[in-house]
Amino acid sequence: MSRRVAITGNEAIAEAMRQINPDVVAAYPITPATEIVQMFANSVSDGKVDTEFVTVESEHSAMSAAIGASAAGARAMTATSSQGLALMWEMLYIAAGLKLPIVAPIVNRALSAPINIHCDHSDTMGARDSGWIQIYSEDAQEAYDNLIQAIRIAEHPDVLLPAMVTMDGFIVSHGMSNAEFLDDDVVRGFIKEYEPKHYLLDVENPITVGALDFSDWYFEHRRQVADAHTRVKDVVLQVAEEFKGISGREYKLFDGYKLDDAEYAIVIVNSAAGTAKTVVDELRAKGLKAGLLKIRLFRPFPQEEIVEALSGKKAIAVLDRADTLSLMGGPLYIDLRAAMYDSPGPRVKMVNYIYGLGGRDINMEQIAGVYNDLVEIVKTGEIKRSVTYLGVRE
Amino acid sequence: MAELLEIRWHGRGGQGAKTAAILLGEAVSISGKYIQAFPEYGPERMGAPVLAFNRISDEPIRLHCQVANPAMVVVLDATLIGKTDVTAGVPEDGLYIINTNLSPGEMRDQLGLADGKVYTLDATQISMETMGRNIPNTPMMGALIKATGLLTIDEFVANAKGRLEAKFRPDIVEKNIQAIERAYQEVQGEE
Repeated sequence: MSRRVAITGNEAIAEAMRQINPDVVAAYPITPATEIVQMFANSVSDGKVDTEFVTVESEHSAMSAAIGASAAGARAMTATSSQGLALMWEMLYIAAGLKLPIVAPIVNRALSAPINIHCDHSDTMGARDSGWIQIYSEDAQEAYDNLIQAIRIAEHPDVLLPAMVTMDGFIVSHGMSNAEFLDDDVVRGFIKEYEPKHYLLDVENPITVGALDFSDWYFEHRRQVADAHTRVKDVVLQVAEEFKGISGREYKLFDGYKLDDAEYAIVIVNSAAGTAKTVVDELRAKGLKAGLLKIRLFRPFPQEEIVEALSGKKAIAVLDRADTLSLMGGPLYIDLRAAMYDSPGPRVKMVNYIYGLGGRDINMEQIAGVYNDLVEIVKTGEIKRSVTYLGVRE
Repeated sequence: MAELLEIRWHGRGGQGAKTAAILLGEAVSISGKYIQAFPEYGPERMGAPVLAFNRISDEPIRLHCQVANPAMVVVLDATLIGKTDVTAGVPEDGLYIINTNLSPGEMRDQLGLADGKVYTLDATQISMETMGRNIPNTPMMGALIKATGLLTIDEFVANAKGRLEAKFRPDIVEKNIQAIERAYQEVQGEE
C-alpha cells in the first residue's frame, strides 16, 4: 500500500534516500538542501539504514568520498545545492569520466554573487556538460519518483553514469504539498541490490581507477562517456515503464501538456511548469491552442523526440531560470534552437524568456503574457527581441 | 467552497504563522483534500512581520507561484493592522479572521471594509489561559475551521491531534486541543 502524505520536497527526498538505503552517503550541509542530509543523518543514527555516513569538511570532499566509495563498489550518494555543487565541479567530471553511477539529489539555488539562497537553475545548468545525467522534477512527487528511478538508470550496465535529480529550492524543497510514498519493500525490490562488475575491492580481479591517460587513450575513454550517454534514453524509458508498474505514475523523456494540437508552446523545466499548465488550461478555455513541453531528461538531451513533438508549432517560447551570459539566451533555449535546426518543414519561430533568477516569483499573468507575445509574433511575423528578461526591473 | 481556496497568514516571527499553515495543511490533507503550505521566505527575525500561505483544493494543485489574491486572511497579531496592508489583493467578498478583542464590526471599520466577512477571536487570551504562553496560531485554526466549515471540528481535532502528537509531549498536545476547541466556540461572526 502506498502512503499519501503531506510533505516538503526535502522530506520526500530524505524518505527516498532512507528507502534506497545506500551503502555510503557523504555530504556537507548547504541551504536549501541541508534538511535532506539532516533527516537522512537521523535515519542513520536511528538505525533505519545501514549506510556508512561520511561527514566531510566541504562539498568537494563529499563528492570525492562518493567517488572513492563508488569506485570501491558501493552504492554511493550525496546531496547539495548551489555553491556546494559549484565546489564539486572538478569532481563531477571525474565521477563521469570514471563512469561511476553516483546519484545525487540537487536542490536548485542561485549562485553567488550577490549571495542568494533562493531558486534558480544556475547551479545544475552550470554542470550540464560534466557528463552527469540530469533529471528535472516539477514537484516533491516527481523528485521522489525520479530519485528512485535514477538509481536504476545510473547503475544500468548499458549506462554506468552518475545522475543528478533536481528540484526547485524553497518552492519545492520547503513547500508542503501532497505526495504518495511507495512501501519500503517495493522500492527495494525495484532498485535491487547494486552489483558492480568492476570495482576496487574485488581483490580477485584487481583494476586500476583513475590512471594517467595521455594522448594515447584519453580520447577513447572520453568517447566512451559520450557512447554511454547514447544509451541513456532507452534505459530511462525502460525504467519508467517498470516504475509505472509499481506506482501507477507515468514518466517519459519529457512531459507534453496539451501539446499535440498546440499552436503555441512553452518549453520549461521544474516547478514553474505547474503554474504554466494552469495557464494553458485557462487559455484553452478561451480558445487559444496553447501547450507546454516540460523537459524531464535534460542530459543527455532527447533531441529527436523533442524536435518531433515541437515541429509544426507556430511559435515556441523557451523559459529559462538561468542565463548563459553568452547573449544568446539561457541554456534550454540554446539547446532547443540547436535541436530545432534539424526540424523538418519551415523554421519555427522561437524566443527566449529568462525568469525567476534568485527566487523571483513567476506568476500566471506573466506566463499568459508570454503566450500573448507568441500570438503577436505569429500575427506580425516579426520577432522584436529574441531574449527577454521576464519580471526584472529595467 | 471555491474550487481552490487560498489563505494568507499574517503574523510576527515567533508567533507560528508558518507552523499554523503547515498544521492546517497536514490536518486537512488527512481528510483527502490536496494542500500546499509554505511561508514567504525572507529573513526570519523574532517580531518582524511574516507571511505564510495555504492552498486547499479537492483537485491536485499544480500552481507554484505566490498567493496574490487570497480569499481568506488570518491575522495572528492585530498590531500588524495599519502597518502592513492585510487586505492587499483580497477580493471584495474576502473572509478575514483577526486575533483581537474587538468585535467583528469594530474590526471591519478599522480595516475599512464594505463587503466580505469578518470574524474576530481573542486568541491571545485563549492561548495564555490554555497554554500559558502567547502562541495564537493554534486557537486561530479552530476559528478558521468554524468560519470555513472546511472540516467538522471533530474531524479537524482528530487529524490535528495526530500531527501534534508527532511533535509535542501529551500535556502540550492536550492544551493545544483545548485551545482549538475553545476558539471554535468563541470566535465571533457578524450574523
